[in-house]
Amino acid sequence: MSKKQDKTQKAAIADLALDFSSGFKYEPAPESSSHVKLEKQYELFIDGKWVAPIDEKYFETTSPATEQVLSRIAEASAADVDKAVKAARNAYENVWSKISAKERGKYLFRIARIIQEKAREFAVIETMEGGKPIRESRDIDVPLAANHFFYYAGWADKLEYAFPGKKANSIGVAGQIIPWNFPLLMAAWKIAPALAAGNTVVLKPAETTSLTALKLAEVFQEAGLPAGVVNIVTGAGATGAAIVNHPDVNKIAFTGSTDVGKIIQKAIAGTNKKLTLELGGKAANIIFEDAAIDQAVEGIVNGIFFNQGHVCCAGSRLFVQEGVADKVIKKLKDRMKSLIVGDPMDKNTDIGAINSKEQLKKINDYLKIGVNEGAEIFQPACTLPKKGYFCAPTLFLHTSQSHRIVQEEIFGPVLAIQTFRTVEEVLEKANNTPYGLSAGVWTDKGSKIFNMTTKLKAGVVWANTYNKFDPASPFGGYKESGIGREGGLHGLLPYLSLS
Amino acid sequence: MNTTLKSYDPRFTPPVDQVSVEERCARFTTRSIKKSTKVNGLKLAMSMIDLTTLEGKDSEGKVRQLCYKAMHPHDAMPGIPQVAAVCVYPTMVKVAKKALKGSAINVAAVATAFPSGMAPLQVKLDDTHYAVEEGADEIDMVISRGKFLQGEYNFVFDEIAAVKEACGKAHLKVILETGELSTLDNVRKASDLAILAGADFIKTSTGKIQPAATMPVTLVMLEAIRDYYYATGKMIGMKPAGGIATSKLALHYLVMVNETLGAQWLNPDWFRFGASKLANDILMQLMKEQTGNYQSLNYFSND
Repeated sequence: MSKKQDKTQKAAIADLALDFSSGFKYEPAPESSSHVKLEKQYELFIDGKWVAPIDEKYFETTSPATEQVLSRIAEASAADVDKAVKAARNAYENVWSKISAKERGKYLFRIARIIQEKAREFAVIETMEGGKPIRESRDIDVPLAANHFFYYAGWADKLEYAFPGKKANSIGVAGQIIPWNFPLLMAAWKIAPALAAGNTVVLKPAETTSLTALKLAEVFQEAGLPAGVVNIVTGAGATGAAIVNHPDVNKIAFTGSTDVGKIIQKAIAGTNKKLTLELGGKAANIIFEDAAIDQAVEGIVNGIFFNQGHVCCAGSRLFVQEGVADKVIKKLKDRMKSLIVGDPMDKNTDIGAINSKEQLKKINDYLKIGVNEGAEIFQPACTLPKKGYFCAPTLFLHTSQSHRIVQEEIFGPVLAIQTFRTVEEVLEKANNTPYGLSAGVWTDKGSKIFNMTTKLKAGVVWANTYNKFDPASPFGGYKESGIGREGGLHGLLPYLSLS
Repeated sequence: MNTTLKSYDPRFTPPVDQVSVEERCARFTTRSIKKSTKVNGLKLAMSMIDLTTLEGKDSEGKVRQLCYKAMHPHDAMPGIPQVAAVCVYPTMVKVAKKALKGSAINVAAVATAFPSGMAPLQVKLDDTHYAVEEGADEIDMVISRGKFLQGEYNFVFDEIAAVKEACGKAHLKVILETGELSTLDNVRKASDLAILAGADFIKTSTGKIQPAATMPVTLVMLEAIRDYYYATGKMIGMKPAGGIATSKLALHYLVMVNETLGAQWLNPDWFRFGASKLANDILMQLMKEQTGNYQSLNYFSND
């Protein structure tokens, strides 16, 4: 092909765009919330009962899509946390560590089944309060949460086979602090292995997303789980700090930001507390030129726009091999035009609401930073709802490793794109980050996948897929992305002491 | 895809990842299509149907009845569009052409030793010439799957190019018979090959082999069409055929076209359903949207 032809062809690729605006318009298909029962006010769940906070302080929780107040949530003080830890200790010493492992498993199976029965209610509340599309909470969050309970229910009476030659002992009271991006799923990730291993729990959900954890408390009551085995204390950072600093807690499990993770690690230094941290990430999603390109484009979309990008393992740094870069970016832009941004309760919505006003501000600040750094911004034309917190899916082209939008975790639907030429180059760039939670590799060649997975410093590496989770598969990070693993056999270890 | 070559080179065909294709298709089926979107979609699907009868026992009477149905799908309900074409064997083209006179409905003929394609090139060309001379507006040809699976891509390419020439003004739809190609990679290769060799439409199946049209196969073919469009600006049509019998499934296909190729392809010029049972199911659904009740299939004519 002559140079001129080559140029015309490239120009043709650049100019032709598909029309995703005037075709089939889907009429609104909102999921009904009429079957959902929400209290006007929620108390703390301590020792199997709903207890008012000692200070009688409450805060409001709102829907990020409508800005309407959904309910009032109790704010636990250090004294409330102390009550919860005492209840957990009492339940551990007198009930949970005394009953047979098979009995523990039975409770977990029961909890899993009740979650399945109430799946629709859980999905709707998760979406109302968290802002994620109902399709995701219905098809991903809630089924996975139930699966985690099913999975660890199976382990409860098989711990001696899990670690052959060792005796697996429970460790006591686990303090667990979870984030707002997958409220119910993270509660399941934390509570299921802790209970299966024979421990009791004090759990604090994030302050913007307390409702499904409190609904989970209702499930525990319905399942007849002995009082005090799981205690749920709601509140913000101070409540979390009270759990971390409580002297009678044996283990801390935290999922959230790297900054808070560092504070926690300092706070418990010198104590006997066990620790798992699941922190931030800035994952590299790597597209080789021999990849199945159309499917890789889907993978890029899935990697960064899933749950509005509020995913610690989101594929927020895209590396595309030179030869296919134009094609991939072109296709990605067209694909983004077909994404539906809007009311998360609508069954056709692909990208819902940003979880909070604060988070939206942070994302918008990063968009400004990206533009100021000289990166080329692309957002598809889409009308965002007037009320609520929304952000259009965003690409940044022509970025480099020195850009802040490439280095820092944005936790929003924002993708920074770089191109690369050789395997060595992309490995160096992919690993050149303080994080190391996850990565993605797209190629048709199996040997290339294995070469990459052994050299990428990331806890999870997906090949030809992205953002796939399974209860049997361990999850966790390298470097500043955390310590320890959750899920699978590995996820039991932090809740046991082996002898 | 290198579009300047006069033959097909499989090195320019990108690989296909089956797992991701199936996942993407599952996403299309979660779209909730209700109310006016549903009614518009169903009417659109109706207008895209190639109403088909391809049986050894087809009679002239049956073909005439089918043509009447094509023009008058359900006169009891006004506002129902006519179908796009009637698809028959070459010997029935004249009958169909006469019966459809004065309407905008095309006559499509399956040619080239349909459905197996197991005949020498000259026989295939004669078959095509005959159908065109009888008045066929569209020719649905089959590729030589045996040669394709042997890796004789040039043979298949030349055959398509020759049939295209024999078609003259008639539109050429190339049937890949994806049910015999065994992998999505092969489907993608055959799509690229057929497009480069001159196909106006690419079509999944004859309807004589199972599986016939599936969503993953159709998506891969739509992606081939998209890549060709990006590279050349030329549009190629798509026709899934066989196995699409319900309105719901037809709507899933329309969602797939809508989100893969966009608005330009959402009309009978560029997208068709090869189906015989689909029409009545669409009529039943449209009637339900209008009256609020499902009616028995006895209320809809079987022609």
